Amino acid sequence: MIQDKLYDVLVVGGGNAALCAAVTARERGASVILCEHAPRGLRGGNSRHTRNLRCAHDEPTDVLTESYGEDEYIKDLLRVTGGITNERLARMTIRESKFVTPWMYENGVRFQPSLGGTLSLSRTNAFFLGGGKALVNAYYARAEQLGVDIHYDTEVLSLDIQDGFFSGAEVDSRGFGARVRAKSLIVAAGGFQGNIEWLKEAWGPAAENFLIRGTPYNRGRMLRQLLDNGADPIGDPTQCHAVAIDARAPKFDGGIVTRLDCVPFSVVVNQACERFYDEGEDVWPKRYAIWGRLVAQQPGQIAYAIIDSKALDLFMPSVFPPVEAGTIEDLAGKLGLDAAKLRGTIDGFSGALRPGSFDSTKLDDCRTEGLDPPKTHWARAIDTPPFYAYPLRPGVTFTYLGVRVDEKARVQMGDGKPAANMLAAGEVMAGNILGKGYLAGTGMTIGTVFGRLAGEEAARYVNA
Amino acid sequence: MSTLETTPSLVALAQGLEADTLAEARRTMEVCNACRYCEGYCAVFPAMELHRQFSDADLVHLANLCHGCKGCYYACQYAPPHPFGLNVPRTFADLRRESYEAFAWPAPLARLFQRNGLFVSLATAVALIVTMALSTLLISPERLFGVHRGPGSFYSVVPYDVMVWVATLTFGFAVLALGMGLRNYWATAGRKAIGWKSLALALHDALTLRHLSGGGHGCNDTDEGFTQGRRWLHQAMMWGFLLCFASTSVATVYDHLLGWIAPYSWYSLPVLLGTVGGVGLTVGSGGLFWLKLRTDPEPLSPRNLGMDAGLLALLFLVATTGLALLFFRHTSAMGMLLVIHLGVVLAFFLTLPYGKFVHGIYRFAALVRDHADCRAGDSA
Repeated sequence: MIQDKLYDVLVVGGGNAALCAAVTARERGASVILCEHAPRGLRGGNSRHTRNLRCAHDEPTDVLTESYGEDEYIKDLLRVTGGITNERLARMTIRESKFVTPWMYENGVRFQPSLGGTLSLSRTNAFFLGGGKALVNAYYARAEQLGVDIHYDTEVLSLDIQDGFFSGAEVDSRGFGARVRAKSLIVAAGGFQGNIEWLKEAWGPAAENFLIRGTPYNRGRMLRQLLDNGADPIGDPTQCHAVAIDARAPKFDGGIVTRLDCVPFSVVVNQACERFYDEGEDVWPKRYAIWGRLVAQQPGQIAYAIIDSKALDLFMPSVFPPVEAGTIEDLAGKLGLDAAKLRGTIDGFSGALRPGSFDSTKLDDCRTEGLDPPKTHWARAIDTPPFYAYPLRPGVTFTYLGVRVDEKARVQMGDGKPAANMLAAGEVMAGNILGKGYLAGTGMTIGTVFGRLAGEEAARYVNA
Repeated sequence: MSTLETTPSLVALAQGLEADTLAEARRTMEVCNACRYCEGYCAVFPAMELHRQFSDADLVHLANLCHGCKGCYYACQYAPPHPFGLNVPRTFADLRRESYEAFAWPAPLARLFQRNGLFVSLATAVALIVTMALSTLLISPERLFGVHRGPGSFYSVVPYDVMVWVATLTFGFAVLALGMGLRNYWATAGRKAIGWKSLALALHDALTLRHLSGGGHGCNDTDEGFTQGRRWLHQAMMWGFLLCFASTSVATVYDHLLGWIAPYSWYSLPVLLGTVGGVGLTVGSGGLFWLKLRTDPEPLSPRNLGMDAGLLALLFLVATTGLALLFFRHTSAMGMLLVIHLGVVLAFFLTLPYGKFVHGIYRFAALVRDHADCRAGDSA
């Protein structure tokens, strides 16, 4: 039951940013209520699916190797965003990132000493032991211990905002309507990628075929409320971060295991059995994020990555077994494609191959000539049965539209002034820094830094 | 990749294991292998990463390598209510129990693993009834309820030959059956070549319970929080058991080789070892049972609870009746306490190869294979 009392802080959302904010505000003496839309077993928003955060550091730490300075970090960030970044906020976030891992440790988060697997990010990114859900568990335990009032299954329906001033919220808590009164508001409720109707505003009916990699609870209701109440928007409302994932993934929450790393070693065709992009343009970590959009532009928003048995062991195993057949024609039959056309595409590809020495670990010299589009690396004949196919669909990670904030995490209103008692952290404001593209682990960095800032600022406001 | 896919005993193994448990374990590992977020917790996940496909033998190996720390359950983004519904600790606990059954020797007794809690309870009850009934029938009340002092006082209640023969036969059979089980296990889920180094590393892991440290921060003993409680309680129990075993071994040497007849003084080696061991065993088994009552049941296999509780209860009884015998050995209660203690020890020996105790044997084998696999991987 939600108590009828005046809280100092209402935190909307239940992922990393929300928890960092709630813990920080509570540590500073504020009374805090946190409303998480998901039930307890699915708490934590998209943080549940994360694994690491990107930290600047001047020397090796217990969880990070070598050094990763502010300038290198900002350069990496500007490269992926193409400059669509508020550099002042970005630099502040990067400087703060140097101090977050000890704070996280104090609050129960545990890190992996170093990583053995296929990712080699141990210089730039600190990996949570057990991943994002373990991190979320630690923060919830800490928040409970501090006395944050946590309500699961509790969706905030509407915010009472008068002239940019927040006074309370209508919520649905386990099916019962209630009103929460609070002196300040921290919105850390994510983007709107779980809201297919909203995605359709930008993408049209194609969005029906998008898969959502993360939580179904990020429906953008808080983002819409803030924008409708005069908050200044930031980020392209039509854009989302989308990668190509296995088409057999569940509609929501498929997470990391639906990822497919086979594209560079494959030939990718659409429903018409036509290739549409250079599969071998660059190493996969640098290209996987463009393939979501590429597949989204194909008829039916589906494509098929086709390999032969030579390539099967070159990439991380994925959770769904590939479709397998002894001949290209049989494979086409199993995929529902036109056998003759697929045969033609594969033959056309094979005929355009230049001799080269194949090396899966670097940009090799195996390429096509006179083919449109070309395949510029790792181009080898698809000739050794059995043949395999992985169906691909766009998997949406997050949306870019958010609210503009200042360096204290205060929501900026359309008149250019910060709201007095409304703050934002996490995906709902990440567009200030990540206007385009994505740099691994920065979402969690922004969430942690701005979550803590928002918690501090809310506590400062109510204690003033 | 596993070198064991063609091992002929796999067919037999697959018949002994329930197909759906293996299928669930395979599905689980395929999801885990595409995720790998848990690789910092224990040896299971790095071992899993050596494979792309999982043979039945690989799954049995991984299940027995799992120490049930439950870190991967609470960290799992695919745990229920996620539609994938992964539960690695429970799935592996089920597969472990079925593997105990599949490897048990002689095969007709394998069924004792199916309702193991009931079997262990009945075996204990029967052993106690038989020993108590026989003693009251065969031992005169003056001896049974008399006060005995000095060397040989135990034997004036239960004759020396009876004790030696019953212990030798039952314990000897248990060792044989455990050894044959290990042989069956290794033929299926072991590997051909192992080095001394792998054995030594596995011994180190087993004696320190390294994989109950959950990557260094403890296990999820009762919920999402990490503590070292279960590890320390298991250490108390395991070392307590080993000390009691050492106590018995020293006493055997004293008695049979040196002619120093039991009971021994408080400060003698067997009594010191036995007292410390008994206290460790009592605290460890009692504490683990208490943890089991408090813990979140989701990541546990409900079908294993009887087996788990059975061994804990039996070890608790062995330790407490042994300590009671020590404290009251100069009173008239000694006779009956001795009979009860021997009855419990008899039950422990009889059920040894057909209960939770086998987990120690197979897990050690899994640790040895794991180190051998890792070393083979390093040199490859």
